[in-house]
Amino acid sequence: MSIQINNDKCTGCTICLKVCPFSALSMSNKKAVIDLDKCTLCGACQDSCNFKAIEIKREASRTPNLEAYKGVWVFGEQKRGAVQPVVYELLGKGRELADKLGVELSCVILGHNVKGKCQELIFRGADNVYVVDAPELEHFLDEPYTNVLVNLIRKYRPEIFLCGATVIGRSLISRVAVKIHTGLTADCTGLDVDTKERFLLQTRPAFGGNIMATILSKNHRPQMSTVRHKVFKEAVVNPNRKGKIIEEVIPKVLLKSRTKLLDVVEEITSTANIAEADIIVSGGRGMKGPENFALLEELAKVLGGAVGSSRAAVDSGWMPYSHQVGQTGKTVCPKIYIACGISGQIQHLVGMQSSDIIIAINQDPSAPIFTVATYGIVGDLFQVVPLLTRKFKEALNR
Amino acid sequence: MNIVVCIKQVPDTTQVRIDPVTNTLIREGVQSIINPFDVYAIEEGVRLKERFGGKVTVITMGPPQAEAVLRESISMGCDEGVLVSDRAFAGSDTLATGYTLARAINKIKDVDMIICGKQASDGDTAQVGPGIATQLDIPQVTYVKKIEEIANGKAKIERMTEEGFEIVETSMPCLITVVKEINEPRIPSLKGRMAAKKAVILAWKAIDLDIEENRLGLTGSPTWVSKIFTPPPRPKGQMFEGDPEESATNLVDLLKNHIG
Repeated sequence: MSIQINNDKCTGCTICLKVCPFSALSMSNKKAVIDLDKCTLCGACQDSCNFKAIEIKREASRTPNLEAYKGVWVFGEQKRGAVQPVVYELLGKGRELADKLGVELSCVILGHNVKGKCQELIFRGADNVYVVDAPELEHFLDEPYTNVLVNLIRKYRPEIFLCGATVIGRSLISRVAVKIHTGLTADCTGLDVDTKERFLLQTRPAFGGNIMATILSKNHRPQMSTVRHKVFKEAVVNPNRKGKIIEEVIPKVLLKSRTKLLDVVEEITSTANIAEADIIVSGGRGMKGPENFALLEELAKVLGGAVGSSRAAVDSGWMPYSHQVGQTGKTVCPKIYIACGISGQIQHLVGMQSSDIIIAINQDPSAPIFTVATYGIVGDLFQVVPLLTRKFKEALNR
Repeated sequence: MNIVVCIKQVPDTTQVRIDPVTNTLIREGVQSIINPFDVYAIEEGVRLKERFGGKVTVITMGPPQAEAVLRESISMGCDEGVLVSDRAFAGSDTLATGYTLARAINKIKDVDMIICGKQASDGDTAQVGPGIATQLDIPQVTYVKKIEEIANGKAKIERMTEEGFEIVETSMPCLITVVKEINEPRIPSLKGRMAAKKAVILAWKAIDLDIEENRLGLTGSPTWVSKIFTPPPRPKGQMFEGDPEESATNLVDLLKNHIG
């Protein structure tokens, strides 16, 4: 594995210097040179070079019998017997991918007394539902869940495996991918297939969010991805769909765990969960203090929405972390997102820019938040927000 | 207790700006820092040492300049720093990184607990922590917000979930990934800074580890970046400037039919 610049082809155009995320390239005698200590072989330069002057060589390992892997699988995450909504979203996308590839879509569900959940998964698009029902699997535990999935993947050899980027999903599927020795791409925002090569094209934000990268696992199967909740639309229910329910029996020895669940504590929050809300009113540094968030709560209440926050407001201690929208907080995709006094750093934008309608209220007309706004109000939020609350109250008769 | 903390050097993303003309990241002048989530891992490691005695080894895989974040960790109270650095590691995805770090940790004998941040702020995958645990075949607890107690080779731990938290008990050795709720990291003391300056950082190359070469770097990485592109910008929005009363009225008219 190596990277080389062909000096005969390099024209010294410097495009590669600009695209390198790691500042690993510089010019010397009008040719590009690479600082190998900084280069991560990410391929950005190779991609940008119009003269094919940059060459990255790699000799790859490969999943044995790669061609035998067929079908799309979705992990059917359940908690306390309830199938999580991200599963229905993945079934929607999974159906689309399976149809393009001309293969079956399967869902795998682990738990105890969960057989009753299988029919709904078929109505949502699954051709097969693999169910593993055992008392040891009632609650999520990393080791037995990993062992079961590894066992089934080795047995049925799906070519694609999708999982929600949830607390459980991220923990579990990282372990599964390592055991299977295959590639895993986290937090995909776009999934498609190359039907000729049967590659899963996994697109995700990279280097902080404003660059997108498409990632492939060319030589390993299954091709595994996680996707956050609310990135894809839920599959619609079709009560006429038919499918197979297959009960799998797993050797007890694989269900052992060195970790034990002692207790589950649910914390009830007074405000609606921002990940589920259709309307979010968010505040940032421009709110000037925790007491002013009451203004946003009033507007959110009239609209039937939830209150969100930028990282700046959370770091200042004005809002709890559970309300934070952005790269290090939650990704949200509401119908309406109202950003009040949020300047719009990249880290915030990547967490909300797929909202249907974005409204930005900010005093600074050059604030980056306006670049993603559907509607922007340049003005003082302490004037504008109460006006909106009053006028929405009138318009909606609330 | 013999504790290992895994950290990553990342660009300070709060400083990253977009070039309005080319729409690419401006990286010039952006400093490298300890991944913000790893600072909580360091603090927790040092606190465990203070509670139970023992030693904290901080380890990072990266280019030679990543030595700086190891010294910073030592200034916070870690005892020893290990830099795992080799050209052979370049281009590692999460699988190859987890493998390499696991082999390095294996060289540190009799480890009781490995602590990682919940994810790195530049890649955001949260895959390397579980990857290390799997390669070492030890249990893991992710999203840890509190270590309640450690006794008799077992740890009682609170882990965050979407709805609240779970209390789990795990056998040791184990790997945990921590969230920022777990503690408040300390500011390095003067004494700590002096120690960091003087500390000898161990440098391990591929040849120093019991490692299979074809599982390293780009060769050992199943995932390949096939294309990098700038997402299409959203269509330009409609701006309201001037009288706030009028702006609010216009906006409410435009939106009222979208609210159910």
